[in-house]
Amino acid sequence: MQRLIDRAKELLADGTVVRVLGWKKGDLGFNPEPAYFETAEALDSDFIYDGFCGANLSKYMIEASKKDGKTLVFLKPCDTYSFNQLIKEHRVDREKAYIIGVGCKGKLDIEKIKAMGVKGILSVEGASMDSECETLTVKTLYGDKEVSYNEAMLERCHVCKGKEHQIADEVMLESRDTKDAERFAEVEKIEAMSPLEKFEFFKKELSKCIRCNACRNVCPACSCRKCVFDSTKFDEATKANVDSFEEKMFHIIRAFHVAGRCTDCGECSRVCPQGIPLHLFNRKFIKDIDTFYGEFQAGEDTETKGPLTNFTFDDVEPSIVTERG
Amino acid sequence: MYKINKENLSALFSLIAEANELYVPVSINGAVNFAAWDEDVQVDLDTLKTVKSPKDAFFPQSETLYSCKRNGKKLSITPEELSSKDFVVFGMKACDVKGLAVLDKVFLVDPVDSYYKARREHGIIVSLACSQPEEACFCNVFGIDASSPEGDVQVYMIGDELFWNAVTQKGEKLTEQVKSLLADTDEAKVEEEKASIKAIVERLPYSNLSLDGWGEDAVLLDKFNSPIWEELYKPCLACGTCTFVCPTCQCYDIKDYNTGNGVQRYRCWDSCMYSDFTMMAHGNNRTSQMQRYRQRFMHKLVYYPQNNDGMYSCVGCGRCVDKCPTGLNIVKVIKAFEKGGNK
Repeated sequence: MQRLIDRAKELLADGTVVRVLGWKKGDLGFNPEPAYFETAEALDSDFIYDGFCGANLSKYMIEASKKDGKTLVFLKPCDTYSFNQLIKEHRVDREKAYIIGVGCKGKLDIEKIKAMGVKGILSVEGASMDSECETLTVKTLYGDKEVSYNEAMLERCHVCKGKEHQIADEVMLESRDTKDAERFAEVEKIEAMSPLEKFEFFKKELSKCIRCNACRNVCPACSCRKCVFDSTKFDEATKANVDSFEEKMFHIIRAFHVAGRCTDCGECSRVCPQGIPLHLFNRKFIKDIDTFYGEFQAGEDTETKGPLTNFTFDDVEPSIVTERG
Repeated sequence: MYKINKENLSALFSLIAEANELYVPVSINGAVNFAAWDEDVQVDLDTLKTVKSPKDAFFPQSETLYSCKRNGKKLSITPEELSSKDFVVFGMKACDVKGLAVLDKVFLVDPVDSYYKARREHGIIVSLACSQPEEACFCNVFGIDASSPEGDVQVYMIGDELFWNAVTQKGEKLTEQVKSLLADTDEAKVEEEKASIKAIVERLPYSNLSLDGWGEDAVLLDKFNSPIWEELYKPCLACGTCTFVCPTCQCYDIKDYNTGNGVQRYRCWDSCMYSDFTMMAHGNNRTSQMQRYRQRFMHKLVYYPQNNDGMYSCVGCGRCVDKCPTGLNIVKVIKAFEKGGNK
């Protein structure tokens, strides 16, 4: 981590960048926050990069692109897909960004640690980039607990897209292979359900939604200046629901809107306060796009047209939906 | 003081539900929230904090106020019936009970909110002491005692037993209804538990948080104009998580739902984090996220206490600490002002 701080200070000092976008230490040892740093002193006292820095900083670059001067941004391999996609959509300015592709050993989910029955967490050791990432020692009000690093990882890290940064000016720190599950396994499980089972599954999950909009607001693909759901002309349906399952409309519309553009960064599921596996919607679309249009990964580059925005005569007929039931 | 074995909890809930509606913490796919009890739900009394606070039971996220219907040239207006059945909320924590006192000062002062008032009158609170407070808890900072929660009945879960202590008349009445399942006991174990809870509270990471410079004595404009807000708000996503999980956030919107030949006028929780919050004909008086972010904390720590004899509208439940997607929260605000010398 010190290497990151030193490099950021160099780039600030030689005028390459005027600010640094990274993560700031939290007050509980596992709640860092995205932050801008403008001085060497601030970097020294507050900068952190460890297993809890899951936040994808790409979307913050939309605002940073509007500021004067270059911003140094630290992007993990999976974050770089989002950044590329934002370039493709003309939402960020490549010229305003100096990208350090930062290594990743899998990011941790404090909610998963809590779900293991660990209560009163004061600090977590073994989450630093220097550690072996095998075992976490969790200090709690009720004694120390040992937790497997891999079991405490975010879902997205188990289906990691790889260690390569898709875009970067330079790369620092080693990454680690964390993939130990098939990306579409969960989707296939749902596809195998009967229509009624599917309905019950999504009803149970989406009825938990409280419409806090965290999934939308964190999503790098949701970069509209004004969301249709925030329109005052559309307001009957936005803040209140007839029944708890009505929120499905919001999630289904959102999933359609980001289809073909979603990089599967997993931020929606990471931030959901109710733990709804929102990534499943997006991943279903990704799987279908792969099936119908050939394999496609949004954010792999900044140039190619997406399958849903590029008509060809070989395109699948819409009737495929009825044919496959 | 009474007690009942935990094995008989289901029977206890059954008996309560005979004469009352009953709300308990229920786990659905890993998320624990207060919900109506029936024999099939998965009750979870071990999770310290429900995701949403139980304020829904008194101030629902969305409720219809009245309906208007057009029939030819006639217009009929039907008010929604007020809550008229007793209901029990079982397992509210000390912070959440205190949260209702905050809501009371908003909804029960003139003009009294009849919908809320009816629910407060019919609601019976069975509060549960926090045997294992967690890292984000700081209710003690607001003078709340997690070992002795307010409410109509206090409950303690110790080992295999649940201890039951009626505190108010409503609590006595409920106790009468379930007495067949309760056994008399003394207070020895409960006193021990209280001491244990107090000892844990002292060791909590936020237990020494200082509110100096906030509340009644705060110099409003010094806080309002502080440059610290510019630094604090930046990671904020402008989502409504903090406001929707909060036991004291009370802002709402009133809207009309067009039913085709009439309207349903409803109110629903609103969030000061949202861009259309307090939108008026002339536009919005808070146009930046910094202003919205500042509003939330100024309301909790300055405006509300200055209007309500020093009572803060934060109860230290720590849900915003746990749930903010970007790790922001009210504690970080208080600490940043202390560090920044603006007390």
